[in-house]
Amino acid sequence: MPEQLLFAIEVTLNGLMAGVLYALVALGFVLIYKASGIFNYAQGVMALFAALTLVGIMEGQVPFAHLINAIFGTDIHHFGWHVPALAAILLTMLVMVVLAWAVNRFIFRHLVNQEPIILFMATIGLAYFMEGFGDLMWGSDIKKLDIGLPQGINTWIDEVTYNAFGYGFFIDNLDIVASIIAAILVAALIAFAQYTKQGRAMRAVADDHQAALSVGISLEFIWVMVWSLAGFVALVAGAMWGAKSGVQFSLSLIALKALPVLMLGGFTSIPGAIVGGLIIGVGEKLFEFLVGPLVGGATENWFAYVLALVFLVFRPQGLFGEKIIERV
Amino acid sequence: MLYREAGEFHTSYVQDGQTFPIRFDRYAYYAVLVIGFLVIPFVINDYWLNAIFLPFLIYAIAALGLNILTGYCGQVSLGTGGFMAVGAYACYKFMTGLDIWLPGENGEWVRYALPPINIFFSVILAGIVTAGVGVLFGLPSLRIKGFYLAVATLAAQFFLVWLFNKWAWAYNYSASGQITAPTRSIFGVEITGPTAQPWAAYLFCAVFVFVLAWLARNLTRGATGRKWMAIRDMDIAAEIIGVNPLAAKLSAFAVSSFFVGIAGALFFSVYLGAVEVTEAFGIQKSFLVLFMIIIGGLGSIFGSFAGAAFLVLMPVFLKNLLVGTLGWPTSLAEHTQFIIVGALIIGFLIAEPHGLAQLWRLTKEKLRLWPFPY
Repeated sequence: MPEQLLFAIEVTLNGLMAGVLYALVALGFVLIYKASGIFNYAQGVMALFAALTLVGIMEGQVPFAHLINAIFGTDIHHFGWHVPALAAILLTMLVMVVLAWAVNRFIFRHLVNQEPIILFMATIGLAYFMEGFGDLMWGSDIKKLDIGLPQGINTWIDEVTYNAFGYGFFIDNLDIVASIIAAILVAALIAFAQYTKQGRAMRAVADDHQAALSVGISLEFIWVMVWSLAGFVALVAGAMWGAKSGVQFSLSLIALKALPVLMLGGFTSIPGAIVGGLIIGVGEKLFEFLVGPLVGGATENWFAYVLALVFLVFRPQGLFGEKIIERV
Repeated sequence: MLYREAGEFHTSYVQDGQTFPIRFDRYAYYAVLVIGFLVIPFVINDYWLNAIFLPFLIYAIAALGLNILTGYCGQVSLGTGGFMAVGAYACYKFMTGLDIWLPGENGEWVRYALPPINIFFSVILAGIVTAGVGVLFGLPSLRIKGFYLAVATLAAQFFLVWLFNKWAWAYNYSASGQITAPTRSIFGVEITGPTAQPWAAYLFCAVFVFVLAWLARNLTRGATGRKWMAIRDMDIAAEIIGVNPLAAKLSAFAVSSFFVGIAGALFFSVYLGAVEVTEAFGIQKSFLVLFMIIIGGLGSIFGSFAGAAFLVLMPVFLKNLLVGTLGWPTSLAEHTQFIIVGALIIGFLIAEPHGLAQLWRLTKEKLRLWPFPY
């Protein structure tokens, strides 16, 4: 096979892996949007916050150490213990549930019946708040996250492809693990929505708030549950990206990358989020590979948005979104 | 007692239709103009200019522009930063002499350039160029609505910033990739550049703010503004009663981008002087201007000013308080500032979704009855 084609295949495979991670972030959006009609811009910051908390707990950092030091003139930073990864993940999950409850109790309960755009802007406010809060709590330096996932080149794939084509594909172990975890997570979420009582209630709320209320489903419980689920998805996404490139501010920007994914797939569709993620992942890597060198590179910054924009002009509801019906 | 319309009789249509029909409002407006143009220029110094007045005036223009698009026409845009970048780079090209490169006789490229244009006209031309770009990115708004449009405008934001990073022509092939405003003057008074006097820079921006605010106010009162608002309130219904959505939406994009472009041009040439595109016009700028109009009040001219003033003054105030008075480290103050901005936005949306402008309206209602409310 010609070398260029092999490169292209390798790029496509890597794009698929990146796409899975985009899909993971997009999934958090879809969950909340379907159940409460809130377009949660803060999803990316939630991922950052979850990853920061995870690192903080594992390392035994003292929360708000900087603040305490600044006010009382002390010099504390660590408790001096290390928490095992699994326990830290559970603790972080607890924090995310508390966060979900607080967000609903203190923000969205007061914004019932407001226009969607107001809710959207409230989540931008939330994103700012959590960004500052996370930094204040755990410090804003770049942190290394190591929860014991395998990293580095996958030698097996490298060898097999080298023997078959004479060119070894470079695929990161972490990407493979991330894809598998994401796939399991998606399957679990779909199963949860289809086969459990709470999942059914969640779908009912997504269909019609008032009808769901009238058959005795507690909206508040469902919303807290959905935000907790989104928090869990954020935790997984944050842990994956954090393990890949360190826990830092840019993590929250993956939320922006998830937006075109959502537009492509449609805001209301779980399969859409996945397919959209894969298309964007592969598309931007291939575009960077093929066209990038001609125009100076770094096209990954904007390709996804422009692709989504062009696509939407032809199909305004996205690939799998519900058809937009407008009435006067 | 002070603020009332009792005893004011309008005897002609002109009186009835004026912008400030109540005398107290009118006097307040004149007072602001007198202070803005006759007092501040004489007392302003470098610190007040760069910390408060220039950012306030320039963001007020950007907020006016975004408010026309989002507040009046209902099209949410997250591309403000990108459009400001277009204004800045267009202004730079005009003020340093717009050039084109054509193939010459021997195959090499020959540079043909316009002479540098006066800074005043450069800024206006920058606004016009940005209006064109805005219309281009506004075209999808005819098909895409709501959130989808908000995300689509991100395409403008990221693409434009990337473009100005990569397109060497736009920054005159400078090695650093930055654009730097050369010294330019009007009537012999320096406006841009390091040696410009504070009062000159201030007055230059203030004139733009005054004219553009006047324009915005009158556009939104007239037929154009009513069409925008009809589209905002319900686009299908508006279409049925005879508002052309193509013309209304694109004109909103054009006017809005014109304002934002001028803001970008002033931001670069008068305020910062040298600009690196990712830093100065990133996505954060888009959100900042959006916050200004949310906090100030969507669909309100006064709100644009109030929001801009609020978000310019608050960081200065917090910095003075936390770093200056309490002696916290700067990074800590910055995080606290994030928290406060976020909490304020949420608080505002809960307490008063219509922003500072609505608070002001309520205050006026109360003042009318004061001190004998019923």
